[in-house]
Amino acid sequence: MGQLMLGLVNGAFYAMLSLGLAVIFGLLDIVNFAHGALYMMGAFAAWILLDRFELNFWLALIVAPLIVGALGVAIERSMLKHLYGLDPLYGLLLTFGLSLIFEGLFREQYGVSGKSYPVPELLSGATDIGFMVLPNYRAFVVFASLVVCLGTWLLIERTRLGAYLRAGTENARLVQAFGVNVPLMVMLTYGAGAGLAAMAGVLAAPVIQVTPLMGSNLIIVVFAVVVIGGMGSILGSVLTGLGLGVIEGMTRVFYPEASSVVVFVVMVIVLILRPAGLFGKET
Amino acid sequence: MKIRTVVAAIAVALGSLSAIAQTDTGPVRIGFITDMSSLYADIDGPAGVEMIKWATQDFGGKVLGRPIEVLSADHQNKPDVASSKAREWMDKENLAMLIGGTSSGTSLAMAKVSQEKKRPFIAIGAGSARLTNEDCTPYTIHYAYDTVALAKVAGSALVKAGNKSWYFLTADYAFGHSLESDASAVVKANGGTVVGAVRHPLNASDFSSFLLQAQGSKAQILALANAGGDTINSMKAAKEFGITKSMKVAGLLVFINDVHSLGLANTEGLQLADSWYWNQDDASRKFAKRFFDKYKRMPSSLQAADYSAAMNYLKAVQAAKTTDGDKVMAVLKSMKYDDFYSKGTVRADGRMIHDMYLFQVKGAKESSTPWDYYRTVAKVPGEQAFTSLAESKCALIKK
Repeated sequence: MGQLMLGLVNGAFYAMLSLGLAVIFGLLDIVNFAHGALYMMGAFAAWILLDRFELNFWLALIVAPLIVGALGVAIERSMLKHLYGLDPLYGLLLTFGLSLIFEGLFREQYGVSGKSYPVPELLSGATDIGFMVLPNYRAFVVFASLVVCLGTWLLIERTRLGAYLRAGTENARLVQAFGVNVPLMVMLTYGAGAGLAAMAGVLAAPVIQVTPLMGSNLIIVVFAVVVIGGMGSILGSVLTGLGLGVIEGMTRVFYPEASSVVVFVVMVIVLILRPAGLFGKET
Repeated sequence: MKIRTVVAAIAVALGSLSAIAQTDTGPVRIGFITDMSSLYADIDGPAGVEMIKWATQDFGGKVLGRPIEVLSADHQNKPDVASSKAREWMDKENLAMLIGGTSSGTSLAMAKVSQEKKRPFIAIGAGSARLTNEDCTPYTIHYAYDTVALAKVAGSALVKAGNKSWYFLTADYAFGHSLESDASAVVKANGGTVVGAVRHPLNASDFSSFLLQAQGSKAQILALANAGGDTINSMKAAKEFGITKSMKVAGLLVFINDVHSLGLANTEGLQLADSWYWNQDDASRKFAKRFFDKYKRMPSSLQAADYSAAMNYLKAVQAAKTTDGDKVMAVLKSMKYDDFYSKGTVRADGRMIHDMYLFQVKGAKESSTPWDYYRTVAKVPGEQAFTSLAESKCALIKK
């Protein structure tokens, strides 16, 4: 039971990260390999805000995604926009290169051992919930991630803005003709995706050591989550993220040596049975 | 006619040059292969390369009248990358000696190549005691520490203090396995019991479920048979889940960089074994200050050992008057080592025997200057810290 709960906590991180990836891929057709680096920079932004400017965790939770989101916008404007209409492979290569550059810069500056970010005081301590002792902070992470995921899903699937977005990706020229500023929307979408990654980074900072490598350790798993969920499916990636967190947690109990592989085993099986992913639409 | 002679002369000269290059002229090349960019890069890594360069500069830049060159490469913690790089350098660059950095799997692989090519191999960052035990070679020297010494120094102190039941959280590769089995042997020899172990992948993303299993074991000691970033993250999670209240966490391999990034608040009271500490004496402090001026942090024991090993190798080459692997090894195994890093000798099995230390991490109040982190609890003589010749399984030891 306790292990299930822990799996859910890890799944919450997977869900938040794959959500951003799915939004970017689903709406912009960019395979955003820089997602791990954006996540890492979110965590570092939180640490720097605390260390230099004494901004606490709650403010960092808002400020860090804004900073990284702005960086995302800059990346989109200066580089990615030149690649629209080309094979998605180019975007993948570009973002992969960017992530290596960001990682290298932070490694140069902060070393690989990284920095320790304290758990916010309000959420320090742990609660005995009967079958296990759950740190309050981890409970908060699950809650926060569910709120964010649900919010994003509602925004895209249930609001007018979301409808514009989806229409814009289907037929940009037509939507533009109706007076909607499509390039602006695309830019903001990438920025929002980057911001989501950064928010996950801030949430992760108190739990794991903030290091330049934290993104690349996670990104491959997160990509697997997105692929299993069905590329671009928002609901799919969220549910898959949570589910895989649980499966991984279970593996850690029954055969810990395989815990880093199990996600990929699931991916292989899913791809064989349903090539478009669990929630993907066959095209 | 004249031109022909000149051309012929040049051809002969060139031919003989390349022939000589393979023997005893040209630069003396020292190679260093370590983790430059991943979880072990801070405790050794690029700063370790710089230490070897410092040693060659301080030696005068030349040995036997030949310039000294330092080659370095990143093995990415992959044994196959390490061994193929070592082989390439030995075949193409006429590498004289190889220093092995962090990660035991890579050093075990490099030791095999060095044996085949008959070049001295000095393992520093790697922990597995197999290097001078069942996998010993005539060309391997294990210089800084090993898993047996960590287990004997840190493990026996804890068992003797009344912590009888142990549970291991082990990194799932050569080093972790060695450390777990060596520490288990020490625990049992001192009357303790090992109630269980869980193995996690190297560079694991989350430790909470492993820790929950450890907590369920009701052992007194949670022993971390891992290193670097893995140790840091397991300690953080142990504190977060309140495991530190019911169990005592023992990091079997903790470097000063780990303590620094965790902070004293998270590590106070932790006991750990190491071969060297920057603040242990004047000569060490002098070296540490030079390091600090460049890197704004203190050197780890591995970085100090990198310098020491390179310097002592060059002295051995000087004494042997050649870079020939066998002759230099003979000197390395008979000479006395005495510098800021350690005083000791190298045994027939290649194990460098020197004092080891048991340190305890200070509280924030006791720590008076930056990086003033350790208090020395015990100094353990090398003969007691490392595998004894009687216990050794190395084929080079005549019994």
